[in-house]
Amino acid sequence: MAEVIEVKNLKKYFPVQKSVIEVLLSKKIEYIRAVDDVSFKMEKGEVLSLVGESGCGKTTTGRILVGLEEPTDGKIVFKGKDVTKLSKEEFRKIRKHLQMIFQDPYASLNPKMKIGEHLEDPLLIHNIAENREAKELALQMLERVGLVPAEQFYNRLPYQLSGGQRQRVAIARAMILKPEFVVADEPVSMIDVSLRASILDLLMSFKAEYSLSMLFITHDLSVARLVGDRIAVMYLGKIVEIGETRKVIHHPKHPYTAALLSAVPSFLKREINIEIIGDVANPREPPSGCRYHPRCPFAKEICSKEEPKLEGKGHLVACHFPLDLDL
Amino acid sequence: MEVKNLATTVFKIPDVEGRWMVVSGLAMVCVVLIMAVFAPLIAPYDPTKSSGDVLSSPSAKHLMGTDNLGRDIFSRIIYGSRIVLMVVFSASFLSMSIGVPLGLISGYFGGKLDRAISMLMDSMYAFPSLILAIAIAAMLGPSVINAVVAISVVYVPTYFRMIRGQTLSLKSRLFVEAAKAIGAKDMRIMGRYILPNVVTTAVVVFSLSVADAILTEAGLSFLGFIVTAPTPDWGFELSAGRPYLPAGYWWMITFPGLMVMLLSLGFALIGEGLSEIYAPRRER
Amino acid sequence: MMLLDVKNLKTYFYSKRGVLRAVDNVSIGVDRREFISIVGESGCGKSTLAYSIIRLVDTPGKIVDGKIVFDGRDLVKLSEEEMRRLRGKEIGMVFQDPMTSLDPLEKIGDQIVETIIEHERVDKKEAWEKASILLEKVGLPGDRVNYYPHQLSGGQRQRVMIALAVSLNPKLLIADEPTTALDVIVQEKIMDLLEDMKKEDRAIILITHDFALAADRSDKIAVMYAGWLIEFGKANKLANEPLHPYSEGLIGSVPDVWEDRDIKPMLGFLPDLIDPPKGCRFKPRCPKAMDVCDKEPPTFSVDGRVVKCWLYGENNG
Repeated sequence: MAEVIEVKNLKKYFPVQKSVIEVLLSKKIEYIRAVDDVSFKMEKGEVLSLVGESGCGKTTTGRILVGLEEPTDGKIVFKGKDVTKLSKEEFRKIRKHLQMIFQDPYASLNPKMKIGEHLEDPLLIHNIAENREAKELALQMLERVGLVPAEQFYNRLPYQLSGGQRQRVAIARAMILKPEFVVADEPVSMIDVSLRASILDLLMSFKAEYSLSMLFITHDLSVARLVGDRIAVMYLGKIVEIGETRKVIHHPKHPYTAALLSAVPSFLKREINIEIIGDVANPREPPSGCRYHPRCPFAKEICSKEEPKLEGKGHLVACHFPLDLDL
Repeated sequence: MEVKNLATTVFKIPDVEGRWMVVSGLAMVCVVLIMAVFAPLIAPYDPTKSSGDVLSSPSAKHLMGTDNLGRDIFSRIIYGSRIVLMVVFSASFLSMSIGVPLGLISGYFGGKLDRAISMLMDSMYAFPSLILAIAIAAMLGPSVINAVVAISVVYVPTYFRMIRGQTLSLKSRLFVEAAKAIGAKDMRIMGRYILPNVVTTAVVVFSLSVADAILTEAGLSFLGFIVTAPTPDWGFELSAGRPYLPAGYWWMITFPGLMVMLLSLGFALIGEGLSEIYAPRRER
Repeated sequence: MMLLDVKNLKTYFYSKRGVLRAVDNVSIGVDRREFISIVGESGCGKSTLAYSIIRLVDTPGKIVDGKIVFDGRDLVKLSEEEMRRLRGKEIGMVFQDPMTSLDPLEKIGDQIVETIIEHERVDKKEAWEKASILLEKVGLPGDRVNYYPHQLSGGQRQRVMIALAVSLNPKLLIADEPTTALDVIVQEKIMDLLEDMKKEDRAIILITHDFALAADRSDKIAVMYAGWLIEFGKANKLANEPLHPYSEGLIGSVPDVWEDRDIKPMLGFLPDLIDPPKGCRFKPRCPKAMDVCDKEPPTFSVDGRVVKCWLYGENNG
């Protein structure tokens, strides 16, 4: 299959906000390494679930991929072209292929703009259609995402819609450009439980129709399993494990993945109890060696000294002592 | 009951707190607007010509008395409202059309441009409005157009500061981010995504700055920077009547003063009321 | 006797648009040392039910009718002053966002000590000692009494909230979505802690929208929909063989980590509680709706479970 996007050694460092006193003493600038040397590839039509706790850098990774954030270092190759080297104007042209769906449907729509205009705007911006044609396409799209009667929804303002309906608008806005790669950032975490499945269904139907590649960011491993062909697990800015969904869930190699799995509430009780110690480290001062070692029940001396590489065939793990589990 | 229905149906004012302020403010402003529009029909006498005894006190014949040249003060006030409204409205529109775009650009782009514009605006804002207006008017010379320019310059920083502040907070909002993600250019983001969200603020600032501008206009007029005799203007009336006050001719300055207060209060009420209505829940 | 026996409770909100029946004729019993989860989506009335029990429903909300019998007393009839003394001492509460209930300018210890001194006759020194013991009990180092809330992580703050809630040793602890804002690993630890609190001879009511979490942790589950309690019974039975079509739909629409599930989206949207559907409130979304559903279903009891659905009409006559 064709490779759509390749991320190579992606890094994003944010300077730390300093207090007035620190500035006056002109202390050295500190950085939070939100994304630290992340690499992966995605194929056409593939969904990669990116899983991790809040602050692990999963959202930042997604934002960089669609150009909402500039990487500190690293390459993003989209269909053979390094997009990090493009000028602002050149990037704007390929942007219609790279779209994003945001977490909060209450904040991602312009409160003063009609629903229909939200869908027309991408068409107008990229000179795909104008006036009546744009309106026609917008109406078709509204129907496609289940907001019927489309004419009525076209003229509504965001506040007149429920959260689930707004997220449908946000999905429609991203999909109306027929993108090739979409970042979906926790698209259902703010939606009512009974409506989540229908939103996921909608996303997956677009994926099938456009043979989309999708980076699906989530903190919920059950959703990650449902949508992802593969799963990548992030911890403090690094991918610690990546592989096919079934392998990662039923044969986790990284102790962190296993700890996450044992914490997920489930209807089917599994007898796994992989411990995790204490709290997440301060990202300003990540631990030496393996960043997970202070919380890892299996850590040995080498773990605090040497950083493990992400290695393996197909199912990659960054751990000196990978687990061998069958769950 | 009548007023309440009018307010909801015609002016689309939500039925919430702050509404009575808007309604009563609108009523005051409407009185003056009607006066200005129908001046020839309402005014009993020619405002520039003597129509009775000199300095006669208020009576049935001269509702507000006559001035030192025997002109009917009531008629002069009615015609005077035309100058006041014209100067104040044109000045406020001018400052809005400069202040709002400046605030948008400065807030949206940030950086050195923002710092330069902000510095300029802050230094203007530091002057008391009347003093700044006098300085500019004195530089340009007395005329209606120069007065409009002088007053408009004074209120540009007010718009700028409010709009810049709002733009700053709006540009970090998710829907602006979403607009960037679909590839919208900066001009489009400012025009379609940010501007519509600052309109309410601009309207509130407009009402409040008009209220203030009325006082500034009266001040400039008092000092003779706007009209020359015999054209009627409220501030001008005040200065004309001032020498006669110690002698007990109170009506020459009382009525123009009351009118300045009424109009200014009207706009201030509209502004305060609107900000109360829209401020707490701008979106939902 | 039940520890808590809510009977036909009605809590309504009065707005300009009309009357919102947030909790409508809900009856639920909680035994001593029982862990009960109230499951439902936003706006189903689960939080209002919890707030009604401790009588903290704010205007325009009001308890209109019904009884809340706690330990032999009807809380609805108690005066505000009696209720104030009862809160904390007999019923503890943990809220979703600990930051809104912790004072950012006061040390953790001071806040716990204040609560203890207000209700118990101890001197300051004893209260401080008690505070640090409490923190250790919820898994925080005792020296955290000297910390300010912002110096703690979200999970640690929620632990402090639990310490505060149990500081006076209440018989019932109500936790309103205590882990919604937290990550799974922290959630697991907080839930473990709640289970520990249960072991100390205490009943727990957990309000949550997460069915799997409820099934995982509680003895009994109560499912609410549109202000109604639609199903109530043993947790594992209810999760495995839900009776009410809504419970069934909700369980069928959530994925599970351990198996490939064919998740089935539920139809329609949540109803408007000011103008709810006539008859059964779930009817417009129900795949099993019948003619009789135009009438409000009574509560049937099936196999030790209560269910508010006409499907179970024959069993009971």
